Amino acid sequence: MLVPRLQMAHITKRYPSVLANDDVSLTVLPGEIHAVLGENGAGKSTLMKIIYGTLRPDAGQMFLNGRLVHIRNPQEARAQGIGMVFQHFNLFETMTVAENVWLGLARDTLQQVTASISAKAAEYGLELDPQRPVHTLSVGEMQRVEIIRALLTRPQLLILDEPTSVLTPQAVQKLFVVLKKLASEGCSILYISHKLHEIRALCDACTVLRGGRVAGVCNPKQETNASLSRLMIGSEPPELRREERQPGAPVLQVSGLSLAHEDQFGVDLHNIQLRVCAGEVVGIAGVSGNGQKELLAVLSGEDTRAPQGSIQMGPVDVSTLHPGGRRAMGLHFVPEDRLGRGVVPTMSLAQNLLLTREEAVSWPGLAGGWIHVRQLMEHARRLIDQFNVKAGGPNSLAKSLSGGNLQKYIVGREIDAQPRLLIMSQPTWGVDVGAAAQIRAEMLALRKAGCAVLVVSEELDELFEICDRLHVISRGQLSPSMPMAQATVEQIGAWMSGLWERSPDEEVRHA
Amino acid sequence: MLELKLEARPQPSRFWSYGSPLLALALTTALGAVLFALLGKNPVQGLLVFFWEPVKSGYALGELMVKATPLLLIALGLAVCFRSNVWNIGAEGQFIIGAVFASGMALLADRDTGRWIVPLILLAGVAGGMVWAGLTAVLRDRFNANEILVSLMLVYVADMVLNYLVYGPWKDPMGYNFPQTKTFELVTQIPRLMPGSRVSIGLLLALLGAGALWLFLFRTRAGLAQQVGGLAPAAARYAGFSSRRALWTALLVSGAAAGLAGALEVAGPIGQLTPYVPAGYGFAAIIVAFVGRLHPVAMVFSAVLLSMFYIGGELAQSRLGLPKSITGVFQGLLLFTLLACDTLINYRLRRSAGSH
Repeated sequence: MLVPRLQMAHITKRYPSVLANDDVSLTVLPGEIHAVLGENGAGKSTLMKIIYGTLRPDAGQMFLNGRLVHIRNPQEARAQGIGMVFQHFNLFETMTVAENVWLGLARDTLQQVTASISAKAAEYGLELDPQRPVHTLSVGEMQRVEIIRALLTRPQLLILDEPTSVLTPQAVQKLFVVLKKLASEGCSILYISHKLHEIRALCDACTVLRGGRVAGVCNPKQETNASLSRLMIGSEPPELRREERQPGAPVLQVSGLSLAHEDQFGVDLHNIQLRVCAGEVVGIAGVSGNGQKELLAVLSGEDTRAPQGSIQMGPVDVSTLHPGGRRAMGLHFVPEDRLGRGVVPTMSLAQNLLLTREEAVSWPGLAGGWIHVRQLMEHARRLIDQFNVKAGGPNSLAKSLSGGNLQKYIVGREIDAQPRLLIMSQPTWGVDVGAAAQIRAEMLALRKAGCAVLVVSEELDELFEICDRLHVISRGQLSPSMPMAQATVEQIGAWMSGLWERSPDEEVRHA
Repeated sequence: MLELKLEARPQPSRFWSYGSPLLALALTTALGAVLFALLGKNPVQGLLVFFWEPVKSGYALGELMVKATPLLLIALGLAVCFRSNVWNIGAEGQFIIGAVFASGMALLADRDTGRWIVPLILLAGVAGGMVWAGLTAVLRDRFNANEILVSLMLVYVADMVLNYLVYGPWKDPMGYNFPQTKTFELVTQIPRLMPGSRVSIGLLLALLGAGALWLFLFRTRAGLAQQVGGLAPAAARYAGFSSRRALWTALLVSGAAAGLAGALEVAGPIGQLTPYVPAGYGFAAIIVAFVGRLHPVAMVFSAVLLSMFYIGGELAQSRLGLPKSITGVFQGLLLFTLLACDTLINYRLRRSAGSH
């Protein structure tokens, strides 16, 4: 009988308030690509951290090639032949590719490392120049550095945590080729994801986690999206209803917006043309780090350096208005990072209401205004009820809420203001399926009510579901828009690499 | 094998957020007793000097308030700074310049001056403190200079300014060449609350200040904005709260409070400008602020506690023949044990079977 490469038996890990892994077992065969599927908070990361030695389980055993092992730290994991590619890269941006890889392999000389990087890159068809500084690489290339770094330790087991969240559809296909080649050579792969179609395309086996427990083990090639989804969330995702309607007058008009970056590793914006009308949802797709952050800061007013006249709401030039001024005009914004930007983690939900809402504040001239505490509490309580937020009450600290509930609260806070223009960044990022469906439904309700909605997202599926028109952002440039009905994944993928026909007249007519 | 380990709590403990200062005080007392024993003094006697002598009579209580007043005033201002992530540790310098400005005003008085000079003296002190703190604000705002270093260095500059004045232009010509100004006219004396005690209206101003700070922090949008800037700068940018305004507000408010304390001190208990005006209140107030959790009401109590240590330290010198630095040792012990005990707010101690 084949000895499993990795066997996790009855793993339990308890945190003070939650059972992250409850009697989890998992078996990975040699050369198998094994998916670990689950929603955020299902316990995937905890399990991987236990395998990689950054966490120790409270109970349970781990066998590698049939031998009982105790892995105490990542160094031991690597020595045992386990490699890991994290979702967030651990690279020094000011150093070259070779220098970054060299840091982990102190025994060799830099020249040897450079040579072995080139050799590995050629072997697996991963184009990469070892001499380039990391900050000049695209996100996909940075991931290649991480993969090659892991491969240089000749792993028997490679763990990839949500590897495709930063890739274009084409880059995903390339990655899959590499992973299949690795598997054919006998390396086992643990593939963590919540994207069902990827798992069905790539993996031989799948362990589904739900609420810290194993909900099922299956062969994904024999499953449908619906059956996998049932295993993952216990039910099928609700369907969205979107009615056709004619957009109204333009609400947001961005023309000829160019801006040099402020951060050292930021992106310059080039000649952005964008228009969002009342009653329409416009999406911006693209791989993160292509100028989304910079564009959103300029639109929200957190960055007021935009040239005069470049951003207009209706007839009014808002390019140099601060966020409060733009809110007064009806522009509301939901940022992608919730804790620390959308809310202050250590303040209560009620206090966090005051970041963008002033209904409970009177006498604005005096020290910014007097806070009516009872009214503020009432308001927060109403939002909690109305948007179905699971929280102790208006006095709960923002950081005590789960990601999905916090996002519902933030989205609720902005929607409740009845905005003329709502800008949302990664609206369902890290949010469970139920909350994500609710948030998308709220966005469509806003569209129906005649609000202009702009969504920046990395999830193409989401954009297909809710948008009327779609732009793609690449290296600080915005593509012309395409009507969603005519959009294809292939075309969007090509545009994500910056390959679209540039003709300024065309853009204006399209937009 | 059993071992103790710290485990993160899901929610901060309410019990320990109140219990921690009390436990810290108990530990400080215990460590103090050990300290006295090691120095060859009777620990009971030593502790009596620190914790009983300062409260045993009406006069002693009055003296306790005299020292608590500047500590509280300065700490209130510092709390605004620390809550907004502005690390002003130069309140001592703002206190000194406040005292200098107030002295300048007081020296203008002559035999015919009316009582109207008193509010002017206080305002001069406030202005002096604001000017000095404003220097830090300008350097931080315009040149992004680190406010910790700048405000600390300006303490020594302020000390030089004070010394220059009392050794030079403001030296009392009839003062036997002592480095001090002439004694201020009686009319400049800050009004006292009751005969037979040195407690002045400064105490009322400090208590009013505590109330005003509470309202500002917890009932005004500007107070909220100030704290958001300290807790989550990105959230402040998102909300549109100006970080420059927060910086200037924090430094000007704390400068004003420290300057006011300086004015109350020179025109109150001291009555002239001398090189001994700086008594370390500006630094001790940092401890007051943190022991009081930057909360306006709690700081009233911590100011009284630190004042106790000041008086206890002086008494320990005269009664027990201990060095004056014993005050500093006690202040340090309290802050140290408090920071250690604060761990219990977010963590709990667990006994666990040792694993390998």
